Amino acid sequence: MTTVAAPETAAPEREPASLEGSRVGDRLFKGLLTAAALAVPVLMGFLVYELYTGAKIAMVRYGLGFIWGSTWDPVAEQFGALPLIVGTLLSSFLALCIAVPLSLGVAIYLTEFAPRAVRQPVAFVIELLAAIPSVVYGLWGIFVLIPVLKKFVFPFLRDTLGFLPFFQGPIYGPSMLAASIILAIMIMPFIMSVSREVLLAVPGSQREAALALGATRWEAVTSAILPYARSGIIGAVILGLGRALGETMAVTMLIGNRNEISASLFAPGYTMAAVIANEFTEAVGDLHLASLAYVAFLLFAVTVIVNGGARLLIWRVGGQRAAGGRGA
Amino acid sequence: MNRRVLRRWVSNAMVGLMIAAVVTAVLPLLFILLDLLLKGAGSLSFDFFTRMPVPAGETGGGVAHAIVGTLIIVGIASLIGLPLGIGAGIFCAEYPGNRLATTTRFVADVMNGTPSIVVGVFAWALIVTRTKQFSALAGSCALAMLMVPMVMRTTEELVKLVPHSLREAALALGYSRWRTSLAIVLRTALPGIVTGSLLAVARVAGETAPLLFTALGSQFMNFNVTEPMAALPLTVFNYAIGPYEEWHQLAWATALVLILVVLVLSIAARLATRRRFGING
Amino acid sequence: MAEPAAHLATDKLTAMYGKFTAVKNVSLEFRVNTVNALIGPSGCGKSTFLRALNRMHELSEGGWITGQVLLGGEDIYARKVSPMQLRRRIGMVFQKPTPFPTMSIYDNVAAGLRINGSHPRGGLDAVVEQSLRRAALWDEVKDRLKTSAIALSGGQQQRLCIARTIAPRPEVVLLDEPTASLDPASTQRIEELVFELKRDFTIVIVTHNMQQAARVSDTTSFFYMGNMVETGPTRQIFTAPKQEQTEAYITGRFG
Repeated sequence: MTTVAAPETAAPEREPASLEGSRVGDRLFKGLLTAAALAVPVLMGFLVYELYTGAKIAMVRYGLGFIWGSTWDPVAEQFGALPLIVGTLLSSFLALCIAVPLSLGVAIYLTEFAPRAVRQPVAFVIELLAAIPSVVYGLWGIFVLIPVLKKFVFPFLRDTLGFLPFFQGPIYGPSMLAASIILAIMIMPFIMSVSREVLLAVPGSQREAALALGATRWEAVTSAILPYARSGIIGAVILGLGRALGETMAVTMLIGNRNEISASLFAPGYTMAAVIANEFTEAVGDLHLASLAYVAFLLFAVTVIVNGGARLLIWRVGGQRAAGGRGA
Repeated sequence: MNRRVLRRWVSNAMVGLMIAAVVTAVLPLLFILLDLLLKGAGSLSFDFFTRMPVPAGETGGGVAHAIVGTLIIVGIASLIGLPLGIGAGIFCAEYPGNRLATTTRFVADVMNGTPSIVVGVFAWALIVTRTKQFSALAGSCALAMLMVPMVMRTTEELVKLVPHSLREAALALGYSRWRTSLAIVLRTALPGIVTGSLLAVARVAGETAPLLFTALGSQFMNFNVTEPMAALPLTVFNYAIGPYEEWHQLAWATALVLILVVLVLSIAARLATRRRFGING
Repeated sequence: MAEPAAHLATDKLTAMYGKFTAVKNVSLEFRVNTVNALIGPSGCGKSTFLRALNRMHELSEGGWITGQVLLGGEDIYARKVSPMQLRRRIGMVFQKPTPFPTMSIYDNVAAGLRINGSHPRGGLDAVVEQSLRRAALWDEVKDRLKTSAIALSGGQQQRLCIARTIAPRPEVVLLDEPTASLDPASTQRIEELVFELKRDFTIVIVTHNMQQAARVSDTTSFFYMGNMVETGPTRQIFTAPKQEQTEAYITGRFG
């Protein structure tokens, strides 16, 4: 039995304590936190308000027809967003076409097939891709990617697929296709990491059941795991789309910044984000500025809708947390 | 061909394709890093870090103004964005059912998906039009707005991870609620919050678009935050699209510096989670 | 022991979670420097009752009470009472050991003292040592006071929590199944501790282990389905219970 020492005289006497106390500290603390939390929706409200008031002149002038207006001519003071919208959608769509198969392939490989030792390092490397700033992608795109495309890839495509209108026409270098490729590289890490989370959430029993029935490992993936994870993966893809829509720097450095709609993918193009980046500081006149703000407003609206849809889909598949931003 | 063998063959072929995908995915990263090193490292010198840019056409000069500019702009952005984001995150974690908490969480998600150029336009409309001039402060505000939702989400998740039993033990000891939140809960979640914060700072340090019409950029060294200021990403952009070959060289070197800054911050972020006393022991 | 510790009592205490009544109309008295055990099957309300004694119950979802809890005659649920201040006079040790993970052993023990105001450095060391001695942990940790508290074993952590709770010298110490997650050796050490601690504190201990109650307590109260069925000197409860339910529980016929 352990002996317990007798209380020593150094112990403080028990003071007659009252039961009263102030709650000021708690109230102040909660107040500070509430203020911080309030700041978020308040700021967002201001954002919408400022975009709206900034764009007002153009909204009043063009209304919703702005979306179908096909001329964007600052000199003639004629503004229509159609080329920009088409450019944005086209570049994002192409980027998805390239990025989704790659990302899914990598995600499936990492969750189902890769030897354990390889999984973490590869995932880490892909995460690094996401940390590279957009402007650095643009820099690399201009001086490394475009020359390669111009010299080898584009002529090859024109030679082999030239019967399609997409691969006809003069090759300048900066083009819709070049921008789409760099976009694909940029959104790939996001689609991959979200898909990976979604795939990891699929219960192992699904795969085991398929294998037990004699499926090959690939068939187990296609028949049991992918259907289960389908809405989550679609969510990941839409999340990637959301990012592609708003990407600015790399796109504006590679796309050629010409606002015309052309069938050829070798031709330069323009996107909503790129036009804002290029023309904002040199905008001539209030209508020009307001039109650019209108474009920003539209871009904002589109990304909110797309991201909202993505989040709903991701939540539905075994995800306790929605994939929100780049967390730790 | 035997059907079983065919299926097996397909399975293996798909695995081969997937490995090809992995290689294709990883290749750009390797090339980018390699090119940065090859093309940029040559221009790195002591002068590069300490000198100012020289007139177009001349060689030499440096990006000291941009390094200082990035430090100031990102520094102020962190001073604004981190407390707001962490505070909002703690609020949402401590009072989860609260209507403000659910609203804030939802809005933060929307903010996270907002293109950074739109945030730049907002900062321009809010500040630049009213003060009638471009300023580093406006740039900091734009960057801060990007940081807040990032930091808020990570903070909230980490604070939620702190076991309820710890809070109870502190409260039972006579700790007030605010002291429990700060001294016990926050302290336990601190390594993760530091990581999340550093990652947000790293991410924001590389942003160009929000600075395009707020901080605007500058060729000069400037410590006045109410005036335009240079920043590393802006410098990369301007040099890259400029007409001079020397500028292109400088663009590579500046990009290398930028990547180093981002990498250092990211690595520091991961290191922070390996502290002595943490939830993981 | 010179100073009289406060007398803790409840008067028609009813504790609820929203509409569900967990504790019905319990009136009990806990005398100075005694160990009082609360026993009963799972879900009988003994833990809820305990948590109402230091106003931890109201921190649970929908927790509220009617009736009174009196510490030294004062109603602890009066409007002017700060729960924070109250909990400095009534301490609690939980079932799962919860040392503060970011603090050293020393800082854990000192935690309750530091929020009470300043203590001279020499004084703090002495109090920490004394508390660790009383918790029968001093010899094992005296050479590593500044190391992490979570490096200790489960039994050591629980003794640390006890040291932490008694360091600020509360009047009452509440123990909620303190040995439920510990091995038999640690359990025994803590039981010895509890027996010794009554010299300085009034102790209320909830336990699902009847033998434990029989070993350490002066009085025992039997709870069943929210009611306090019977209370009395431990020996009497265990050898000659008056109520049939008490006897059924004691002899192991249920619970």
